[in-house]
Amino acid sequence: MIINVARKELKSMFASPMGWVILSLLMFAFGTYYLNGVNDYFAVMSGAMRPAERTGVTQFVGQNVYGFASFMVLFAVPLLSMRLISEERRSQTLPFLFSAPISLTEIVVGKFLGLVTFLSILVVFIGVMLTTLNIWADIDFGYIVANSVGLLLMIASFSALGLYFSSMTQQPVIAAILTFIALFALMFLDRFFAGDPSNILASLSLTRHFQSFSGGLIDTADITYFCLFVATFLTLTVRRLDADRLRG
Amino acid sequence: MNNFTVEAFELTRLYGGREAVSNVSFNLSKGQVLGFLGPNGAGKSTTMKMLTGNLAPSNGSVKICGIDMMENPKEAKALIGYLPEMRPLYKELTVDEYLTIAARLHRVSAGSIKKSVEVAKERCGLSHMSKRLIENLSNGYQQRVGIAQAIIHNPMVVILDEPTVGLDPIQIRDIRALIREVGAERSVIISTHILPEVEMVCDHVQIIDKGKLVFNGSIDVLKKQRIGNKLLIAFGNPPVVDELLKISGVVEAEALPGNFMRIRFADDSAPAAAIVQAAVNNGWGLTQIAPDQTSLEDVFVQLTYQEQVVSEQVAA
Repeated sequence: MIINVARKELKSMFASPMGWVILSLLMFAFGTYYLNGVNDYFAVMSGAMRPAERTGVTQFVGQNVYGFASFMVLFAVPLLSMRLISEERRSQTLPFLFSAPISLTEIVVGKFLGLVTFLSILVVFIGVMLTTLNIWADIDFGYIVANSVGLLLMIASFSALGLYFSSMTQQPVIAAILTFIALFALMFLDRFFAGDPSNILASLSLTRHFQSFSGGLIDTADITYFCLFVATFLTLTVRRLDADRLRG
Repeated sequence: MNNFTVEAFELTRLYGGREAVSNVSFNLSKGQVLGFLGPNGAGKSTTMKMLTGNLAPSNGSVKICGIDMMENPKEAKALIGYLPEMRPLYKELTVDEYLTIAARLHRVSAGSIKKSVEVAKERCGLSHMSKRLIENLSNGYQQRVGIAQAIIHNPMVVILDEPTVGLDPIQIRDIRALIREVGAERSVIISTHILPEVEMVCDHVQIIDKGKLVFNGSIDVLKKQRIGNKLLIAFGNPPVVDELLKISGVVEAEALPGNFMRIRFADDSAPAAAIVQAAVNNGWGLTQIAPDQTSLEDVFVQLTYQEQVVSEQVAA
């Protein structure tokens, strides 16, 4: 049943130009960064004489692309997640889902998975793009996998937050703005506490937990953080929708 | 196990202390079409939302085919097809895409989705609209898609909130036929403002006013109240009232402006022939004789108004 809701979301996303435009623009941007990365690699490495200064091509290009990708989804996710529930609220299509034999949890998780599946197309494309380096070089697949997992978890967290804000309002634009502000704050929380890295608030920052992945390290503590983040906001969304049923 | 498909027990819904629906109880059996009547804001839609599990009742319970809506919402919802007042259509999809999603969400097995979409389209006269975007359909066709969505999984109970709004007369006739067809084997609940519609398609009527059930009974009762034992007669040369009262069966006669007369007769008599005979014999110049029907609107107003008077009296 969750899959059916997710399929419905995917269908809606591909039925509107919004999905296609975001996908193609982002891929264009990532492709440009990838090309620049490859060009810069030769320029930088030819200047680096000592072996200690040299980094692998995977890490050099990957850092470029994944760093940019984790920043770009900050803009892409609010634009895609804003419509998930608020649009249904506005066009009064929620009763269609509410009167079908599916639970609220299934609806929310289905919508969430639909969006994550859509965005994971990007993760897969980036992975494939970087893998093409293997034709000329011997690349570090572990690094790409760790970064892909990290990016996917980041996208999942963004989507969960976006879904929650979308369930709070009837206006997709307001949902997008709120999501963007919240994500922006969470991303750069560690910058605010740069002088005091041990601060608890700083460890809430999404960027900080992405850092270990971007270094090629899959850390269970960070995975747990992202999973808890997703679970929290999905639960809040279910509760928000349940309040609709109770309060009317 | 009884045969009730819908059992509503003391349904009450409060909105900030105000009772939008209070103590509505009724049962519906298989093969019945129930008409929900009431002025604007009477609580028709609220009741329907509670029946379909879209809104939690403040008090009371709903059972669909014996399954409690609160305890087993999924099982209960699987037996319902619901078209809300505002059509829940995803306008960016085509008719086929939308109905396929509806079928999937209502647990139609993967193998028979295609078939049930075809059947639903045919029943609602949408077969030639399959590939059109819902957004581009006319109001009437959108309404049909809404109805198709409600009957696609062949539910035991079909609940339609004002199904004929925005349709042209021919479409209305088709939809009414469809409602009767579905109602023959399943249960249907419709709400409407159009009173003659109730008489045409429903065999059970509920009138709801200010959240309270004012009338709950068979359509025949309402019809009887409407038709009554009255005749409206026009004479070219009207007799005095007493003359008419002499005819057997006539209990009351009343002269109306324009040479019309209204008579009321006893339950077990049919004085029409006798009146015609008398008119011929006495040269009254009969020009018209017809049963005098109070319109359903009048009955409706009477029922909702009477209740008001009674409650005011009680209050005083």
